[in-house]
Formats: sequence, C-alpha cells, structure tokens
Amino acid sequence: MTLGLYPGCSLKGSSREYTESVLAVAQACGIELVEIEDWNCCGATAAHNLNKELSLALPARILSLAEKQGMKEVVVPCAACYSRLTVTNHELAVHPELKQTITKGNGLDYKGSVEILNIIQMLDKYITPNLEGRIVKPFEHKVACYYGCLLVRPHEILKFDREEDPQSMDELMLKAGATPIDWAFKTECCGAGLSVSRTSSVGRLSGEILKDAADRGAEAVIVACPMCQSNLDMRREAINSYLGEKIDIPVLYVTQVLGLALGIDRKTLGLQRHFVAVNI
Amino acid sequence: MSKIGVFVCHCGENISATVDCAKVAETAAGYDGVVYSIDYKYMCSDPGQSLIKSAIIEKGLTGVVVASCSPRMHEPTFRKACAEAGLNPYMCEMANLREHCSWVHEKGDATTEKAIDLVRILVEKVKKNHSLNAIKVPVTKTALVIGGGIAGIQASLDIANSGHKVILIERDPSIGGHMSQLSETFPTLDCSQCILTPRMVEVAQHENITLYTYAELESLEGFVGNFKAKIRRKSKSLDEKICTGCGQCTTKCPVKKIPSEFNEGLGKRTAIYVPFPQAVPNKPVIDRVNCTYYIKGKCKVCEIVCPTKAIRFDQEDTIVEAEVGAIVVATGFTVKQPDFFPEYGFGKYPDVITGLQFERLASASGPTLGEIRRPSDGKVPEKIVFIACAGSRDPAKGIPYCSKICCMYIAKHAMLYQHKVHGGKSYVFYMDIRAGGKMYEEFVRRAIEDDGVNYIRGRVSRIYEKNGKLIVKGADTLLGAMPVDIDADMVVLATAGIANEGSEELAQKLHTSYDSYHFFSEAHPKLKPVETNTAGIFLAGACQSPKDIPESVAMASGAAVKVACLFSQDELTREPLIAVVNRQAAPVFSSCVGCFLCVSACPYQAIEKEEIKNRTGEVIKTIAKVNPGLCQGCGTCVAFCRTKSIDIQGYTHEEMYSEVMALLNEY
Ligand SMILES: Cc1cc2nc3c(=O)[nH]c(=O)nc-3n(C[C@H](O)[C@H](O)[C@H](O)COP(=O)(O)OP(=O)(O)OC[C@H]3O[C@@H](n4cnc5c(N)ncnc54)[C@H](O)[C@@H]3O)c2cc1C
Ligand code: SF4
Ligand code: SF4
Repeated sequence: MTLGLYPGCSLKGSSREYTESVLAVAQACGIELVEIEDWNCCGATAAHNLNKELSLALPARILSLAEKQGMKEVVVPCAACYSRLTVTNHELAVHPELKQTITKGNGLDYKGSVEILNIIQMLDKYITPNLEGRIVKPFEHKVACYYGCLLVRPHEILKFDREEDPQSMDELMLKAGATPIDWAFKTECCGAGLSVSRTSSVGRLSGEILKDAADRGAEAVIVACPMCQSNLDMRREAINSYLGEKIDIPVLYVTQVLGLALGIDRKTLGLQRHFVAVNI
Repeated sequence: MSKIGVFVCHCGENISATVDCAKVAETAAGYDGVVYSIDYKYMCSDPGQSLIKSAIIEKGLTGVVVASCSPRMHEPTFRKACAEAGLNPYMCEMANLREHCSWVHEKGDATTEKAIDLVRILVEKVKKNHSLNAIKVPVTKTALVIGGGIAGIQASLDIANSGHKVILIERDPSIGGHMSQLSETFPTLDCSQCILTPRMVEVAQHENITLYTYAELESLEGFVGNFKAKIRRKSKSLDEKICTGCGQCTTKCPVKKIPSEFNEGLGKRTAIYVPFPQAVPNKPVIDRVNCTYYIKGKCKVCEIVCPTKAIRFDQEDTIVEAEVGAIVVATGFTVKQPDFFPEYGFGKYPDVITGLQFERLASASGPTLGEIRRPSDGKVPEKIVFIACAGSRDPAKGIPYCSKICCMYIAKHAMLYQHKVHGGKSYVFYMDIRAGGKMYEEFVRRAIEDDGVNYIRGRVSRIYEKNGKLIVKGADTLLGAMPVDIDADMVVLATAGIANEGSEELAQKLHTSYDSYHFFSEAHPKLKPVETNTAGIFLAGACQSPKDIPESVAMASGAAVKVACLFSQDELTREPLIAVVNRQAAPVFSSCVGCFLCVSACPYQAIEKEEIKNRTGEVIKTIAKVNPGLCQGCGTCVAFCRTKSIDIQGYTHEEMYSEVMALLNEY
C-alpha cells in the first residue's frame, strides 16, 4: 500500500521527530509513504491573512503536483498544512472561476481528484484495522488528547470529528492501551503563530492547557500538530512564568505513542528530541 | 356564435400611465366574436361593474374578458358581477394588464402591444370556455383536535362552546402539554398550573368533547368537511371505567427509578404512573417498556393491590374510526436536548440543565418542591448563569431562527431565582433581548433593575468543570469583547425550541406541508396564519413555530373560529377547477388506457380506479377517475397522462391551446 505524503516545512525542521514517528509507524504496518516531489510551503500560517489568491495558489500547486504524480490520497500530518490543503481543495471545487484564475496563475492543471488525509484519518483508515496482535507494549498511561484549533475546524469544510468535543484521537489512544481523560481544553488555542511575536500570550494560553491536563492527572499531552507541539513543549519558560510554577508534563505526537505501543524503539521515534524529557 | 365583451380598466393611472388603454379596447373591438369593447377608469367600482352587467344583458354577451389587475385581486368581484347579470361566472376571464404589464414595463408602443396580446389570448380562450358549476359537498360537524397542550385545549373549548362536537386526541397520558410543566408564567408571574388545570378539567367534563389520551392519529382519508380519521388508542393496560384513581397501584409498584418525563428527568416515577398529581384524566397507565411483568412475565403487584380490579394486562391497542369535518393540529414543540452542546458540557455535567428543567426546579409541584437546588448534590446554587440562544440564531447548529420565548423565560427564571435565593448572584449571557409584547420589556427591566440580575451581552464559548465549579467562559461585547470567566454552581441553557418529535410523519398523514425546520406550514405567513394548504386543516400554537402562551391561545381561538365558520354551513361550495378524466361513447368509453401513472403522480391521492362493466357485470375496462372532493386542481396528473385523457376544468387542453394559437396567429 502506497500513499502520498506532504510533510510541509515544520516536519523537515523543528518537528523532525514527527516525521520520524509517522514513517516508523507506517513502515511497521506495511504502508509506504511517498513524498510529493518538488513540493512547496503551503503558506500557513501567514498567507491567508495577507493574500487570498496566494494562500490558495500555494496549496493548489502542491495538490496539482500530487495529482500529476498519480497520488490518490495524500497524508498531511501537520494540522495547519492539512487545514490549508483541505480548504483549498474545497474552494477550488466550489468556485470554478476562482480555480481558473489560480491554475492559470501557476500554470498547472488540477482536476481535484486528490483526497487529503490528516494523520488521524490515515491511522484510522490504514493502521488501526491491522493493529490486532501488534500492540506489544500498551501505553498504559493517562493521557490528555489535545486537538487544537485546526484539526477539527471549520467543520463545514473538513467534515471531520465533532468540532467542539472531538473523540477520534481519544479512541486511537484507547487502542494504543492508553487511558484518555475527560478534560476542558481539547480544542482551545495554544497561541499558534504568536510563538515568536508574543511569546507571553503563548505562555498564558498554553499554560492553561497544560495546567488543566496536569490537574486532571494526565501523564502526557498528545498532539497531532507540530505548531501545538512546539508551543507546549518548547515554550515552557513562558508557560512556567505565567503559571508561577514549573510544569513538566511531556508532549507527545500520536504517532510516537502508537510507535511505542508497537514496540518501536524510542530513538527511531525521536523521543530524545523533545525539550521536556519524556520519562514515561 | 360567441358574443364577447372586453372591458379595459385604467386602474386609476396604474395601467393607463404606461398602456394606451383606448387603443387596447379599440383593437379588441376588431376581433372575431367581440361585440362590445370599452375602457374605463375603475372597472371594479360600482359604475364599472354596472357597465359589465348592462352589456351582458343588453348585448346578450356569452363571454367577458376584463383586462385589469391580477385575478388574485378581483376575479371573485368580476365573476360575481357576471353571475348577477345571468352569465355563468366561469365565462369571465381576466387579463392581467397591471402586474404582468404596466407595472413591469416602461411606457411605449411595445407595452401597449403586449397588453393587446394579453387581451387577445383571453378572448380566444373564453370562446372555448364551458359553463361550470361550483361543487357542493356536505359537512360533518365534528372537529378533530390533535394535541392537548394549551393550544389544543383552547381550540377544543372554543369549538365545543360554539355548539359543535370535538374529538381531542393527546399522545401522552395527560393533557396539559408544556404549560403544565411551567412554574410561573411571564409577564405576570401567575402560577401556570393554577390557570391551566381548571381548563383541563373543563375539557374532560364538556359534553361536546370526547377526550382520548394516550392516543395518536393512525391515518386520515377524505377531504374538507368529510374526513375519516383512524385513531390509535394505545393500551393503558387499565379499564378506565372501573379505575377510581385511588393511586394504590402507583404507590406499590416496585419499579420506582424511571426518570419522570414530566419532571424532565429530575424526578422519578413508577412503571404504572400518573404523570403528575393534577393530570387529566387522573388515572394511571402502565409503561410497558419498564414494567417488570411485561419484561420478565411476573410481578402483577398493581393487579393485586387494585381495590376495583381495574388492571388489564392483556388489553390491546384499539382503533377508533371517526368522521370529522375539520382538523386542528396543536401538537406543540419541544426543546433541544443533550449532545448538542459538547462545548457547554450539556449531558456531561448534571448541573448544566435546560430551561424546562429549571421550570421543574422552580415549580411548587416539582422534585424540590420549588426550591432551587442543583441536581448533582442538592445544594442551593450561590451563583447561577443563564445562557440565551443556546442553539437558536446559530446556523452552525442548524437553527438560524430565533426561538422567540427564551428571552422572556430567562428573565423570569433569573427573577424567580433572585426571589427564592436571597443573596444569590445570577448572570444572563445574551445576544439581544427580544422582549416585544405587552408588558414584556417592562418585565425584563424589572429583572435587571429591581432584582439585580446581571445581564452580560456576549456569547459563552465553553463551560468546564474545575474544583466543583462550572467555569463559564464568555465575553462581554459591550466592554470590547472583554473575556468574562464566571465560576458558577449551576448553568441553565435556553436551548432552542424545535419541532415536536413525529411532526413530519403527522404532516404526511394529514397531507399537509411542513417547513425546512419541520414545523407545520401555514397557508400564508400574513393573511392565513392558522390555515394550512389543505382545506379544512388548521394550525394552533407552537406546532407552527415556537410561541408563548398568549400567542398560542390567540391562534387556537383563531383556528376555532375558522372551524366554526366551516361548520356554519350545511354544504360547502368549492371551485370546480378540478381534474376530470374524459368519458366517451361505447365501445371506447374513455381515451384513458388505464396505465394509472396519474394515480402515483397525484399528491392528494385523489385518483381512483373505476371499472366499466357490461350488462352482464363483466369488467370490460378499468380507467382512472378523479374524486372531486379530494382533487385540489394542481394539474400534476394532466402533465403525466400520456394519452391526454385528463383535463382541468377551466384550463382544458383545448382552452390552453386556443390561447397559444392566439399568440402565434397574426391578426
Ligand atoms: C422553559 C420554558 C418556559 C416557558 N415559560 C413560559 C411563560 O412563562 N409564559 C408563556 O407565555 N410561555 C412560556 N413558555 C412557552 C409555552 O410553553 C408554550 O407557549 C406552550 O406550551 C405552547 O402550547 P402548545 O399547546 O402549542 O404546545 P405544547 O405545550 O407543546 O403541547 C402540545 C401537546 O401536543 C401533544 N402532542 C404532540 N404530538 C402529538 C401527536 N402526534 N399526537 C397527539 N398529541 C401530540 C403533546 O404531548 C402536548 O401535550 C415556556 C416554554 C419553555 C420551554
Ligand atoms: S395517466 Fe392517463 S391514461 Fe394513464 S390511467 Fe391516468 S388518465 Fe388513464
Ligand atoms: S389535479 Fe392534482 S389534485 Fe387533482 S387529481 Fe390531478 S394531481 Fe390530483
């Protein structure tokens, strides 16, 4: 089984461990992920606030490359990239004139045949059905599944999970042997792109998230977005200063947890790359 | 040979400002068969009508074309004038020179040309018209009222008091509807039960009203004045005639933990139960889903304790057939329930409740005897938050409309809370306060100014629990969207009022329409608010859209008057503009070939099969036949019929064809 892969910029840089764990889990389950050749940045997080056409033209190029390279389904692990690509797919499908302008602009043709899968959809569709007997080291910990803003919204376009109280990651964690907790900040914002320009806001927003998770007894926060991961993991200084206490709950990618449960070694999953040590 | 009269109206200046009316009249005078043609300033006025009448008499007209406004406006006027002068009213046609011509075009030759065309086609049509007679149908003077909430109760009493029989059917074991659940009512704060229960009793005792509770409409056939209803009386497992309502059974029933529907799940009931102490009728029913006997085959405690031996475990549902002349639908509404607001934790946190649940807490007959105590631990909440528009006015939740009653009942709830919990703090998050109604705005001001309720204009994004408190995260948009976090003890959601369960099925049984939100549709939003598109079926109360008690009652009385009007006649007359299948001489009998495409096409089930038999009684042909009582003249069957065997009277193929040819033929 071969699927297309759009890694996006973060997964090649600050979130290398996300790529590593995605590939490791896929490989363990016999799925080959083929990177789209000559891909470009999707434009998140800034383009759609600056120039609508550009913000569609960038993902449109990616999609048309994928189509040309014969990919029917493309996995997009980053929640922000997933959002941009899906929104573009939708916009081009419902506004034919817009599609014409955009495809003319970048000189590429796009029929609209590419289906986009976020990481959870990919896991649900291709990995979890084959998990039986493969969970060798169940991840027996209490976890807080954090979906953030972009994985489930806007519902009208993504049509994925329940936007206010999503469950899909929780169910996945159950299958990996973990115990997902019921908590209040599943879809609150972590501060996203303010990470650089207003780190203190990230301290406050991410701080509230981690605090609630820790207070309710979670041993780890589970994410599916490199932006969320870096805010929650890397901005501990701002977070601790906002909370007035040191909080040391680790932040793992879904694929890292699944990888551990599948018995893949910690290094392959990139667990040593985190700022907050993963001691569970 | 036809003798047609053409009467061109100026409609003041409405028509004559853009159309040359004199020229239209002059041109029409030249058409074959037109013996009289004239234009006049106001044709609908008395002198205008006299012009038509005297022309009919003096010139012996066989047909009349009035070229004026829309037939929707004045067709009845002109047809009546013709009838008064001795001409069959269906020999009068109207050319719409106003809406279809003068109002929509500039002054000019082309506009006058179009007016001339419009007149010409109707001159040609009227030559082919046939005299028609209104259809007369008898009226059964019994009304069926469906739903025994305040609207159904009011409609039943009004109809019954006008001297007609009423059959009232109610789905639940008692009548009363939502009003029986309410504590006190805005804008006067009078006790809901105190004003409602006397009327419930009156219904039960009225000699003109037959009340069937625990009953639903099974099917409906027929048409205005002559409906045949089948009513399913669900088995109560009880002989009501012997039961004295002593209540022995309900106290002894061992199954005591069923969430009470009447108390919105905040109280419990037994398997054999009377929904509330003031229920009408005050006799129990067995809820077979929860009764141990029906589940496990043993128990029968109620049968043993009943002093009159009224319990009937083997009783079956019965079907009652009733002939009725008119129907009032009063099936009310319901409020949106859990799972709808994951962000508000509704269904997850027991202290996040609906407005209806709050009514039960505030009600003297409720599970807390009127004390405001929260469901989780029975504590009196020191801080309470009310959230308006929970779902309403929110397209993302699929409910773009305003539920209309919530602004008012929230003010009432907050007020009741402040009256009952001294020193308590109440907050209301709202979008706008919609308090249109007599003494309504004043009522809301009282809550804010006299009772100190804190109104915050803004939405709540999320509610979650922390250290035993419900954290309500909102924004105050009057303070620049300032975030507001309130650590509340209890939260009340004014969840959207939605169409009652089963309203689509009921509408389908009644062959009447419902809107995209599944509320019943009125025939005209302004001028026919209680009528439906099906003659003889009327609407009352919240089944048409969410509304409060005064409005429901007014609508119910309106529907009752419509029924009484209908029943004031012994026979109904209807427009004869209905479908007919042609009949011809033997051996053909009809051009109908019996494919019965029309039977499946007709939205009103008006087409039947008719067998044509020879002298010895053998069937030689089966053809379609239209029931004139049911046909609404929509014309669907005409379009379906492959052999052109069906005509709508007044719009026959021949008549329509002559109109088209009049347009195509050069004059
Ligand atoms: C929380 C809350 C507070 C309120 N407070 C006030 C207030 O203070 N003042 C005020 O004026 N209004 C108030 N209202 C509004 C009031 O409840 C309604 O105006 C009123 O109940 C409408 O009456 P109804 O008869 O049209 O409908 P309902 O009360 O809904 O009655 C409909 C009846 O029809 C029955 N039924 C339904 N379907 C069928 C069927 N298929 N066959 C047979 N029977 C059927 C139902 O069982 C029910 O008995 C409040 C509403 C809510 C939700
Ligand atoms: S569609 Fe026409 S031909 Fe067929 S059954 Fe009806 S009337 Fe007869
Ligand atoms: S005209 Fe309409 S209502 Fe009448 S029989 Fe034909 S389809 Fe039915």
